[in-house]
Amino acid sequence: MASASLLDISRSGDEVTAVGHGFWTSEHADVLEEAVASAARAHPRPSAARIDLADVERMDTFGALLLERLRRAWTQDGVEPRVVGLKRRYGVLLQEMSRTGHDPQPPARHREAMVERLGHNVVAIGRDSTALLNFVGATVAASLRMATRPRTFRFTSMVNQIDRVGLRAVPIIILITFLIGCILAQQGIFHFRRFGAEIYVVDMVGVLVLRELGVLIVSIMIAGRSGSAYTAELGSMRMREEVDALRVMGFDPVEILVIPRIYALIIALPLLTFIGSMSALIGGGLLAWLYGGIAPGVFMDRLKDAISIDHFLVGIIKAPFMAGVIGIVACMEGLRVGGSAESLGYHTTASVVKAIFLVIVMDGVFAMFFASIDM
Amino acid sequence: MANGETMEQGNEEAGVGEPLISVRDLVVGFGDRVILDHLSLDILRGEILGFVGTSGGGKSVLTRTILGLVPKRSGTVEVFGQDLDTLNEAQRSAVERRWGVLFQQGALFSSLTVKQNIQFPLRENLKLSQKLMDDIAYAKIEMVGLKCEAGEKLPSELSGGMIKRASLARALALDPEILFLDEPTSGLDPIGAGDFDELIRTLQQTLGLTVFMVTHDLDSLHTVCDRIAALADGKVIAQGPIETMMASTHPWLRAYFHGARARAVRSER
Ligand SMILES: Nc1ncnc2c1ncn2[C@@H]1O[C@H](COP(=O)(O)OP(=O)(O)O)[C@@H](O)[C@H]1O
Ligand SMILES: [Mg+2]
Repeated sequence: MASASLLDISRSGDEVTAVGHGFWTSEHADVLEEAVASAARAHPRPSAARIDLADVERMDTFGALLLERLRRAWTQDGVEPRVVGLKRRYGVLLQEMSRTGHDPQPPARHREAMVERLGHNVVAIGRDSTALLNFVGATVAASLRMATRPRTFRFTSMVNQIDRVGLRAVPIIILITFLIGCILAQQGIFHFRRFGAEIYVVDMVGVLVLRELGVLIVSIMIAGRSGSAYTAELGSMRMREEVDALRVMGFDPVEILVIPRIYALIIALPLLTFIGSMSALIGGGLLAWLYGGIAPGVFMDRLKDAISIDHFLVGIIKAPFMAGVIGIVACMEGLRVGGSAESLGYHTTASVVKAIFLVIVMDGVFAMFFASIDM
Repeated sequence: MANGETMEQGNEEAGVGEPLISVRDLVVGFGDRVILDHLSLDILRGEILGFVGTSGGGKSVLTRTILGLVPKRSGTVEVFGQDLDTLNEAQRSAVERRWGVLFQQGALFSSLTVKQNIQFPLRENLKLSQKLMDDIAYAKIEMVGLKCEAGEKLPSELSGGMIKRASLARALALDPEILFLDEPTSGLDPIGAGDFDELIRTLQQTLGLTVFMVTHDLDSLHTVCDRIAALADGKVIAQGPIETMMASTHPWLRAYFHGARARAVRSER
């Protein structure tokens, strides 16, 4: 199409005439914008101006807006251009455009300086911690309230959650921990072999898996798998005002949504930890047999000597605490989601990152505690 | 300001009354439920077509089928004289640029401001300078009756009526030829709904739009719709101006247009 000359400018004496052609529509808006700008620039301060649009075949908001821009440019220079030949049906459109926006100034967005951002972040961390404590408090309070009237406990909902976060996680947990067990044993055998001490790999795998790795791997997996799901579920319920709906019906969202989810995790995680640890031991045993030549019978005997019930308990005792942290962080972040999809993504990420961080910190604290009571 | 062609006013583009969209023998169902059963309907250029029917009768489903969001079992949908099924990617997106849609819930992008929402289709489809895009966005914001400041707001900071207006502004971003409105005035107060009807009428005359409007609002049907089509049992049971609807003997239409609410609306005017 004749995008070459959407607008022709001619000058006779002191009068400038702009003649429009063709399609003044969105497709040609970029070219037309250029043409309008250069027309206004090339002929400033005419003593009379005329805009002839008889040859404009079609016009839409884009064309009308640019026409209005040309008109304003010349009007500012002190001459009101005459617009002629405009098809009647575009009259309303042009009027509409002449009423809108005299270069609205969007409010300037405030840019944060580095130091300012640092300060904000520190404050945010402080707020986060108090929010976490608040939420722990709300959860405990709700639990106590429910303990006095056990009928209000949503048992079905909890069983449903156990199915989702516990039962359905079993295959992936078994697979991952099995592989970790294999890798651990392979590394142990490879390095211990140089001292002829392959048999100690059984001690290493047994103690590490039962005390630390089993519960850590499972917690991190569950934080990623179920924590994120909790946050996303509660977050989208918040976005669609479902949480507010519960509240105005006189229900406590913590009791209905949060408690069953957290208790489901607290029940499921120790079980998953047990399953995961066993699977890792089997993986380690299998690899010790195939790669290190330690027969299953020998492995079992050695394992019996190497580990005690303490090692097992250390791992299992930690599991419900990890579950509590994951559940509380996930639900808290979920209930903090604002109105936008972006906020949902932000809080889901935050939920997983914070949960994993806290799980590892807690593990460190537990390690000190158990060391000091000689367990 | 303008002179030139005589006798023209409002919405006359060349060829008024030719069908812009024509639906023939459309069958749509989910599972073993048939929602639309051999439905045929024309949307004519330059008209505001009101579409009524029972709640859950399939009005939204028809809209979504025309837009290609719901698969159909049989039948054809022709948009601007082209059968959408026979088009390739590029041709399809050319068609999609020529329609605007106001979804029932607004469907604004929640992480973008109103201004960015409006600029989104512009940015994707045209190469424009930022200045022009800003001007266009603010012009559309003002056209739908919002204040410029609303442009900087996120959808979650808007009221229900403002969301409708902002999504209308986004639907109008590319100057579409046809506008689909799914219950645009539901959820607005009567005054807000009246204003919105007025706005649709003004925009339709200003921009020469064709409007397909799903609505329950008897006021809208009386005041802005040129023609009304009624859906029942998966078919269009009647279409025509409001008088035709009033005169119809179909039991559902009689109940709809002669019920207590309808009488109240009529006695007001
Ligand atoms: N994606 C879907 N899957 C199954 N059923 C649907 C789907 N969308 C709509 N329906 C059904 O189709 C019927 C018509 O829905 P809809 O067109 O939304 O009604 P309305 O006329 O109120 O807009 C309803 O009974 C609804 O349950
Ligand atoms: Mg609907």
